[in-house]
Amino acid sequence: MSSTLDFESSLQPLERELETIRREAPGNGAVSEREARLQAAVDERLQEIYGRLSPWQKVQVARHRERPYTLDYLQWAFSDFIELRGDRRFGDDRAIAGGPAMIADRSVMVIGHQKGRDTRENVERNFGMPHPEGYRKAVRLMRQAERLGLPVVTFVDTPGANAGLMDEERGQAEAIASCIASMLSLHVPTVSIVIGEGGSGGALAIAVADRLLMLEHSIFTVASPEAAAAILWHDAGKASEAAQSMKITAQDLQQYGLIDRIVPEPVGGAHRKHAEAAKAVGEAVSSTVSELEELPLDTLLEQRYHKYRDIRFFHE
Amino acid sequence: MKEIFKRHPRYRVAPEDFTSGRDNLWVRCPRCRELLYTKEHEQGLRVCSKCKYHFPISARERIDITLDVGSFQEYDATIRSVDPLSFESGGEPYAAKLRQYAEHTGVNEAFIYGTGTIEGLDVVLGATEFRFCGGAMGAAFGEKVTRAIELANRNSIPLLLFSTSGGARMQEGAISLLQMAKTVAALDRFKASGLPYFSVMTDPCLGGITASYAMLGDVNIAEPGAYIGFAGRRVIEQTMREKLPPNAATAEFLQQHGMVDLVAPRTEIPSIVARLIRMYVTANPVPKERKLVEQHA
Repeated sequence: MSSTLDFESSLQPLERELETIRREAPGNGAVSEREARLQAAVDERLQEIYGRLSPWQKVQVARHRERPYTLDYLQWAFSDFIELRGDRRFGDDRAIAGGPAMIADRSVMVIGHQKGRDTRENVERNFGMPHPEGYRKAVRLMRQAERLGLPVVTFVDTPGANAGLMDEERGQAEAIASCIASMLSLHVPTVSIVIGEGGSGGALAIAVADRLLMLEHSIFTVASPEAAAAILWHDAGKASEAAQSMKITAQDLQQYGLIDRIVPEPVGGAHRKHAEAAKAVGEAVSSTVSELEELPLDTLLEQRYHKYRDIRFFHE
Repeated sequence: MKEIFKRHPRYRVAPEDFTSGRDNLWVRCPRCRELLYTKEHEQGLRVCSKCKYHFPISARERIDITLDVGSFQEYDATIRSVDPLSFESGGEPYAAKLRQYAEHTGVNEAFIYGTGTIEGLDVVLGATEFRFCGGAMGAAFGEKVTRAIELANRNSIPLLLFSTSGGARMQEGAISLLQMAKTVAALDRFKASGLPYFSVMTDPCLGGITASYAMLGDVNIAEPGAYIGFAGRRVIEQTMREKLPPNAATAEFLQQHGMVDLVAPRTEIPSIVARLIRMYVTANPVPKERKLVEQHA
């Protein structure tokens, strides 16, 4: 692993040894007994580490730069995809990607936040932080999907919506509010999956679906742990405490009944085994879409309304 | 959202509770430093007579100056927040903070609503109480906003919501965030009923409130000089790494950029709303069968 997280340091000797064996091994495909044993030891260690990640460690995994992003899933879990560009009003925001795609012999409209992996990509993608155009493009694609009868699938992975003056000028708040309203009123099934960071309103804008799924090590939060710590304790360094207090992990959200399903990741996280992660995500998405397509439209809309309407947690 | 807990000199006008200023004969305008005679200042609805700065007012005061005298009937006054996450900040439990807010403000939650009349016209009115946790939206708040919208829908009454808030309430985590979806879903149904929703944004209006129901008015109204936006000034300055011009993300700025219909002084808002209700509702009643046409243009 080229970018090992600090809590994985105990793995390094094992992984290094494994690499050495593999380099020296004859290329006849045979796996030596020693190699298999080492691999098993690595897996066991990973299972142990990833089985008890703290919320702050989950934040680091959710932000890992080798973690698959929206376009990676589109490439690996879908059989066809054509990206559509632009909001038809102002511009095209590369922090949100979307278009029609094929999965398990059916077509859906996919919309997702898109982060970059290196500096050049991150300049282009603005670190996955959309401007208002991104949300207006999302609305455009959602309406198109509705008119043409395609279920909508969204991939959520953003630190938050961009917060510059240009965003205020072009109505970031209005764009997010309208995106929420549009998504909630669509007359086609909608499925969202948080694949990394679900950061605040900028994430919620495309996450208000009939079914909300989360990858095992993803997070969903009202404010980034750093921002919350800065606000609550005037110390961004207390981000790990904020992560703990705000209950941001997929497991926490499931416990509070706020999400529908956790999609398990490969041992050691989605960033270790891309193909395996893509397979799990693809299966979860297509089975959820199929399940929703069984429902008559009025039932679908009624269930969707009550999914949010019936969140309680107050005293009367 | 980040603005709630930050010290912002503009909002700390009088060190004491601004609704209990009756003992003080004079109050100083935080913007132009003018000394204002309290009695006159109150009669002028707490707008500085010299520079027109709009002082923050409580939710109760807002209702008093908006509705016909004695017409307000409050609903669901007993709904309050619980502490679903057992949240603690700096050793102080959120549950204890909630009790403090209630004691300090005299309301159980940062949003109050009910029915009343403006110039004899029926309206469902809701207002945020900024002094209660920075007017931030948690589960109880979201429930009350949703019920206000549903009440208006059920009784075919126009909806008027006053918003001043730091955004979503961090102490309730993702539950707060999901209130954005809950309120917007209810609003979407309300709009399909053929009735108007008037949103009035006052200083400051931020984050999850602006980015959900507050920006979705059929008519968006703002008080002069109010800071209204997705992000607070400081957050934007951090993002941009430069100082913002003083008018950035103010009511006037938003009007210029097409986000707000009217920038209206506090004193004129009730009569504007009454005129709108007459034009949208009473003068031209919507036939029942026309009510359910396309809700999203």
